[in-house]
Amino acid sequence: MDVYRFLVAAVGPQEAEDCFQETFLSALRAYPGLRDGSNLKGWLITIATRKALDHWRARRRRPVPVEEVPEHPAPERADGEPELWRAVAALPPMQRAAVIHRYVLDLTYAQVAEALGTSEEAARANAYEGRRKLRAMQEAGR
Amino acid sequence: MRELRIRWTDELETASRRAAERVAERARRAGLVDVGYAEVDSPVGRLLVAATRGGLVRVAYPEEPVDHVLEELAETISPRVLEDRRITDPVRRDLDAYFEGRLRRFRAAVDWALTHPGFSRRVLEETARIPFGSVATYGELARRAGSPRAARAAGNALHDNPVPIVVPCHRVVPSTGGIGQYGGQEWRKAFLLELEGALHG
Repeated sequence: MDVYRFLVAAVGPQEAEDCFQETFLSALRAYPGLRDGSNLKGWLITIATRKALDHWRARRRRPVPVEEVPEHPAPERADGEPELWRAVAALPPMQRAAVIHRYVLDLTYAQVAEALGTSEEAARANAYEGRRKLRAMQEAGR
Repeated sequence: MRELRIRWTDELETASRRAAERVAERARRAGLVDVGYAEVDSPVGRLLVAATRGGLVRVAYPEEPVDHVLEELAETISPRVLEDRRITDPVRRDLDAYFEGRLRRFRAAVDWALTHPGFSRRVLEETARIPFGSVATYGELARRAGSPRAARAAGNALHDNPVPIVVPCHRVVPSTGGIGQYGGQEWRKAFLLELEGALHG
């Protein structure tokens, strides 16, 4: 399920469950305002993205005791290199979301744009810029 | 960026199922679900079953992509569509009992929201009255629905039956013999008629 997958990548497996419930309940509450023909899945990913952005912002505001590492916890069970996920977590929020949409969920740029509430150009730019930074961080780490 | 992947572990599968069930529960209590759906295994394939407060609204065979069916429900009934096994439980129990030969008449109420009012709906309502184990012809059904010459239109209405099996469009056959066509593939029609003992010779 794409929504769950997105949330695991965005906020980690611990928090995904709560965020998932909040996403669906918000979506269901907002539905009466939806126009006919709007696509449901896109709408859910959009709401999930907003939840993730809120989550990241709240986390940044919350004071974290020094011993408590890491500041941006990476999803523990995510495949690939944990450093890569830590690098994703260090991206600016819009780039972080765009990278997950594009490279984890394989969404099209039109879908990424819908989820982020931006133009397609902006979605593309965010994904490209995020990927460029990840590459640079990987190079630096070697 | 191939390394950026989420491995879909059993834990994630379980957690996502649990989250979906909790959402359904909370949404139902808050009155936020207008259409609940679930998938049901059956001898004629995995069925998607959807119900509203008014009753069973849709049964879809696996050839119809789930996303399409859900979009159709969202557009024609309400976008508040959610996987919800509770709302579909009575229908699932009926279907299980029917395929095990323990049920001859479905108890679930039908919500006709996806059927055009008028002739189509009358045809399907008449179809619902054909008893288990018997058949009627297209012409006969058209007559019962009030338009004796509209056998072909009756066939179209049956083809668009939103709740196959439960509204038994498989019990309608051509007057010329054979079992005729079926929207959900003809082998299923033969299977259902066979199950009901309506196929002779």
